[in-house]
Amino acid sequence: MQLTLWTYEGPPHVGAMRIATAMEGVHYVLHAPQGDTYADLLFTMIERRDKRPPVTYTTFQARDLGGDTAELFKNAVREAYERFMPEALLVGASCTAELIQDDPGGLALALRLPVPVVPLELPAYQKKENWGASETFYRLVRALAAPHAPPADWQRPAREAGRRPRCNLLGPTALGFRHRDDVKEITGLLARLGVDVDVVAPMGASPSDLARLGEADFNVVLYPEIALSAAQWLQRTFRQPYIDIVPVGVTATREFIAAVATLSGIDASSLLAAEQSRLPWYSRSVDSTYLTGKRVFVFGDATHVIAAARVAKEELGFTVVGLGSYSREFGRELREAAKAYGVEALITDDYLEVEAKVRELAPEMVLGTQMERHIAKRLGIPSAVISAPVHVQDFPARYSPQMGFEGANVIFDTWVHPLMMGLEEHLLAMFREDFEFHAGAGPSHLGHAASAPSDAAPAQAPTREPAQAQSTISMTPADVCWSDDAQKELMKIPFFVRGKARRNTERFATERGLATVTIETLYDAKAHYSR
Amino acid sequence: MTIQTPVASKGCSDVPVLRERGQREVFCGLTGIVWLHRKMQDAFFLVVGSRTCAHLIQSAAGVMIFAEPRFATAIMEERDLAGLVDANDELDRVVARLLERRPDIKLLFLVGSCPSEVIKLDLSRAAARLSRSHAPAVRVLNYSGSGIETTFTQGEDACLASLVPELPDAAPNAGKSLIVVGALADVVEDQFRRLFDQLGIGPVSFLPPRRTSELPTVGPQTQYLLAQPFLGDTARALDERGAVRLHSNFPLGIEGTTNWLRAAADAWGVSEQHFNTVVQPPQERARKALDHHRERLADKSIFFFPDSQLEVPLARFVSRELGMRPIEIGTPYLHQQHLAAELPLLPQNALLSEGQDVEKQLDRCRAAKPDIVVCGLGLANPLEAEGMTTKWSIELLFTPIQGYEQAGDLAELFARPLVRRSRLEV
Ligand code: SF4
Ligand code: SF4
Repeated sequence: MQLTLWTYEGPPHVGAMRIATAMEGVHYVLHAPQGDTYADLLFTMIERRDKRPPVTYTTFQARDLGGDTAELFKNAVREAYERFMPEALLVGASCTAELIQDDPGGLALALRLPVPVVPLELPAYQKKENWGASETFYRLVRALAAPHAPPADWQRPAREAGRRPRCNLLGPTALGFRHRDDVKEITGLLARLGVDVDVVAPMGASPSDLARLGEADFNVVLYPEIALSAAQWLQRTFRQPYIDIVPVGVTATREFIAAVATLSGIDASSLLAAEQSRLPWYSRSVDSTYLTGKRVFVFGDATHVIAAARVAKEELGFTVVGLGSYSREFGRELREAAKAYGVEALITDDYLEVEAKVRELAPEMVLGTQMERHIAKRLGIPSAVISAPVHVQDFPARYSPQMGFEGANVIFDTWVHPLMMGLEEHLLAMFREDFEFHAGAGPSHLGHAASAPSDAAPAQAPTREPAQAQSTISMTPADVCWSDDAQKELMKIPFFVRGKARRNTERFATERGLATVTIETLYDAKAHYSR
Repeated sequence: MTIQTPVASKGCSDVPVLRERGQREVFCGLTGIVWLHRKMQDAFFLVVGSRTCAHLIQSAAGVMIFAEPRFATAIMEERDLAGLVDANDELDRVVARLLERRPDIKLLFLVGSCPSEVIKLDLSRAAARLSRSHAPAVRVLNYSGSGIETTFTQGEDACLASLVPELPDAAPNAGKSLIVVGALADVVEDQFRRLFDQLGIGPVSFLPPRRTSELPTVGPQTQYLLAQPFLGDTARALDERGAVRLHSNFPLGIEGTTNWLRAAADAWGVSEQHFNTVVQPPQERARKALDHHRERLADKSIFFFPDSQLEVPLARFVSRELGMRPIEIGTPYLHQQHLAAELPLLPQNALLSEGQDVEKQLDRCRAAKPDIVVCGLGLANPLEAEGMTTKWSIELLFTPIQGYEQAGDLAELFARPLVRRSRLEV
């Protein structure tokens, strides 16, 4: 048993729903109790989808358990088929139905429906959402594309002269972090390179699209968490190479272009020379000097963390002081990436551990999920969101990719804005009484009052807990007091670094068990932290 | 269950009800934790369940706002399923770790889920064991919020029912007392308390209390009023303790609130004249507040998907006080005895449905083209996209809606989506 206050990932069947919901013509019949229907709201409220996810739940009850839950399941499949007429059916069990062992796959196959039925075995007590999404996508691709597989000794012929190279984009799902816009950005980039996109999957693809995946020259894996296993199978089966360079950031985008060029035998040099992102120049612009060496902590899914850490270091000149992920499946890659920054990867799905790490490292910026945004807000640290799990704010109305050159522009703005605003807020703070210990007056840029529908509801719940929300704002224990002259000295420090000086000094004092901060302590701390 | 009211026998049989058993689109009882943990400030809710259960609560609650919420899930893993002995050991370990972290917890609820029930993990024995080992600092209780046993608000019922045996016995000479049963917003509780004071009704206590050290006493001289329509098990448990239920409407709208207060006033022998003096000023205010919305809402048709069991009293309120026309009143469970005072007040031509087959109900809803649909979060946006106006039902649980001072707010909840739609020109 694992004590969990909050979880980064849902159960694996939610991953399966992300695939089914992203696609057209697929229906998922899930053997599950009624409460599991909550998952619909993830799609209709967080992503603001205008259709219900294509999911039928059997919603069995305790009184059904003695009787025939298998029959209930078969009826649900039959009725769902008749009502929705999908091109393919996914069937499976959620955690509870897994325990009653009705064998949804066998039951559905026994109905002999005239469409492919893909049984999903998603062990709910071992695996999580991203694994479930990956497994579902892999099973679907296999089931639908395998009938078109070439013989084992087949070799992929060279592209016919005059035909533009074709690729598939694999990985974008429903509820994905900026997947919608990444697909558009990368499709445009490939078009300018002279490469056509054949199938985007699962997002927008139908079962018949999956059946023809093997026709493209190669695959682009945008999100390895979702599509790597499918791409590997396609490589084995169709001798179809794949690219899994994640084009987040200017350098990675250029590497991605180079890889596409190599694979498709085209010349990308003119595009590479012409394509521009504003990020490199903005980073060089003198006003960005203050970004130098900003200490950042990065946490999220493996893909976005590895990419973000690199952008932070190489393209914005930050210092990566810590990095971590909840994607256990990519532990090796994460540990590898962490080495480049001389840090150790924190691989956990316990946000309390993440919070403890942030406290310990006291970074100047946090790049993370919505949860890290909250952690950072409590600690008074600027932050930006780089990864799922998603929140309604992660589906902006405007075009806002993370990938490609436009993605790099978006990243520059979204990461630098909170830091810049931080400076402005300090200017405002100058006119107030020292606001550092005045919990109610947190800078407005440190995240906004929660505005998701899921947030809005409890915000109006019967009783509120203001004390809880505020008590953790100060990072340092209040039991350190300042001598009068040290306090006066502190006031002589320029206002925009005063807060940091105060925090560092108090931390320094606490660590050394000093109850009072004197002028000496202040300067000892200054010397200590300016190493 | 014993039938105690003359109307009940009529209520139980006469009303034609469409009973459906198909796919339900409702939360399970775990959801109640979202509001219960905020009401009982020194209680902690530990769900013994799966990752799905954890995900449900955080999705329904949006818990990221809090530093550390007062609820958590002990997520069962592969090895917990292998042997129940180990599962119990694991649970003990998790609870010990939790209590160490949170010394402020005085009452811990172990909340059962579908997985814990299917593997027959006996949480009542676990609760007794843990109560012994953590006494006297912490009391451990258990109830089921599982989706195979409970629908949405029934989780609150199960929770409160588990509290009833904990209520201290009233002293034999303590005299009459009143318990208001069902979680209400603090502000509503305070308003009711003032009204009862003015009426000379007391002592009054509330279940659940804000702090678990303030549990009301109960005995044969205790009378209780249900503030929520979904408290069947809690009522039964109180009856077993000898308490007597005061039959009434539920305190939604002017009429509901008046009848509800009157049930207590009658039991306390408050004169009609004094009753009227006390309730007239707030009634007057409520009437003004409702007038404002009636213009907009009168004659609008409304369709309730089953969700909270509040649907019947809500339909009574919107039809009688706002002039709306309920087309279908869906409820997950129709407790006819508790609704005995409500059912006769419903318009004759509204379809009453119990249970759900969501696809068929959506078909009926589309065919009926109601002016406004009250439904869960999973259905709201898809229906809006089809051109319907919707109100999320979960807000009816999170917003203070009971009593005179909230009658206007309650009406506003229905008016706002319509106003919004009429404003938007895109
Ligand atoms: S329906 Fe059952 S399994 Fe699903 S969230 Fe509720 S208690 Fe957990
Ligand atoms: S509806 Fe309530 S009162 Fe009527 S029979 Fe059922 S349990 Fe008894």
